[in-house]
Amino acid sequence: MSTTTTWDVARVRRDFPILATQAHGKPLVYLDNGATSQKPQSVIDAVSHYYESGNANVHRGVYALSESATAAYEGTRAKIARFLSAREDREIIYVRGTTEAINLVASSFGRLKVKAGDEILVSAMEHHSNIVPWQILAEQTGAALQVIPMNERGELKLDEYQKLLTPKARIVAVAHISNSLGTINPIKEMVKLAHAKGVPVLVDGAQGAPHVVVDVQDLDCDFYTVSGHKMFGPTGVGVLYGKAVHLEAMPPYQGGGDMIRSVTFAKTTYAPIPAKFEAGTPDIGGVVGLGAAVDYLGALDRNAAAAYEQDLLEYATKQLGTVPGLRIVGTAAHKASVISFVLDGIHAHDVGTIVDQAGVAIRTGHHCTQPVMEFFEVPATARASFAFYNTRAEVDILVEALKGVRKVFG
Amino acid sequence: MADLSELYQQTIVEHNRSPRNFKTLEYPTHHADGNNPLCGDQISLQLTVDGGVIKEVGFQGSGCAISRASASLMTSAVMGKSPADAERLFKAFHDMVAGGDAAPADPATLGKLAAFAGVKQFPARVKCANLAWHTLHAALQADQTPISTE
Repeated sequence: MSTTTTWDVARVRRDFPILATQAHGKPLVYLDNGATSQKPQSVIDAVSHYYESGNANVHRGVYALSESATAAYEGTRAKIARFLSAREDREIIYVRGTTEAINLVASSFGRLKVKAGDEILVSAMEHHSNIVPWQILAEQTGAALQVIPMNERGELKLDEYQKLLTPKARIVAVAHISNSLGTINPIKEMVKLAHAKGVPVLVDGAQGAPHVVVDVQDLDCDFYTVSGHKMFGPTGVGVLYGKAVHLEAMPPYQGGGDMIRSVTFAKTTYAPIPAKFEAGTPDIGGVVGLGAAVDYLGALDRNAAAAYEQDLLEYATKQLGTVPGLRIVGTAAHKASVISFVLDGIHAHDVGTIVDQAGVAIRTGHHCTQPVMEFFEVPATARASFAFYNTRAEVDILVEALKGVRKVFG
Repeated sequence: MADLSELYQQTIVEHNRSPRNFKTLEYPTHHADGNNPLCGDQISLQLTVDGGVIKEVGFQGSGCAISRASASLMTSAVMGKSPADAERLFKAFHDMVAGGDAAPADPATLGKLAAFAGVKQFPARVKCANLAWHTLHAALQADQTPISTE
């Protein structure tokens, strides 16, 4: 079914100035949205406008400029709370991105709840940023990491998952959408199963927020993490959503200015959430840009965008199937518009260099998911990850470029 | 504009297809492992040095065409040389692919290795070309910690 009638991709593309640029003298075909998305003009303008006429530190000055910066900063928090359907604004913590969000929870929630002999559950398809912080915590505490296995299509085995939800389990950390396989995990069901055993769940939403409408209350997850730059906002800013009951109980992650109520050399008392987790001057310009990205997404028909992306995924899957020797890695029933693939006998890195000459930007390598590469017994994959501004014509350019790869190798 | 045919020269394509010295040695005197975490290239290198001469070299591993062909050509190039001469060749090779300001080495010094001259127009691939040589350097230094191009 074609959805192009309800999604005006040409109009959307005009919002993203970089899409009109060239690479190697060819129109840029940007298919590396899983790594970072491009930015609409409104985000670029919001950031420059902030530095041109709105810049001051937040929560400090009594003068007009500082008050307007604070209003923009806190106003964005309210926007993000609505964007994620959080119960309260104070459940939104600004961080640098998903990596810092997970480190914050592993460090702070970990210190509060995890001890020797406990178990931490991660899935077989996690990004390194949702593995390593938990390994560090396990090493520090004497807890053990348990891995929720997946099948050969790249879907988590929920029966095995349930067996791992033992009285030793302290937290489950799982990706909403796999960055290397595209799998959309059944988060709501996984949360329900974990909660039935009293185990909280952190969802790595780095790839979730750009592709699907996120409702943290409906998912009922305990933590959800977002990277601004993957959802059309600036780099350097992201969000940790946490249920207030957890955030209030958790110790600070970093100490410094802005996170205190009062400081003496004898004793410091901490500010209430969210300030408790926002030590130091934050990335205010980034937050303003992220607010513009949330506004941009809010003005789109997200259901139409999602349907359009699914159509692109189906089309690209079919067209890639016509490339001799191409095998798709990650064939889950529920996928986002992310396709990893290998070409028989040709390393992904060579594929990436060759299609780049046609103006096509794809990611090649292990995608920070080395255990996934090991599971599928490939050293690396090439990955095309699509956003709602990509087109069928761009899929065709990718496919033609891939057909040319074998010619280079004679 | 960089040209693909300058990167994937015939010699490179051919050595990628049929790498030389792709084997495990029975009695190596030196070895080192190298990896390129960015793209997942891995190489395990073994050497037999006897009487101040590299008598035998073997490598195993997986990687892109550039890293594989580079390993193949490196093993052929250093065979029969002293470790010091091999290190000098590494420097000449590195200067060629990294495209530094150093005067280009005499083509006669580099021989078939000159096929990698095009790599310098593809900065993201320099590490692929250098991996085998860094690993050789580590093996000759008897530094047995795995080396990384990062």
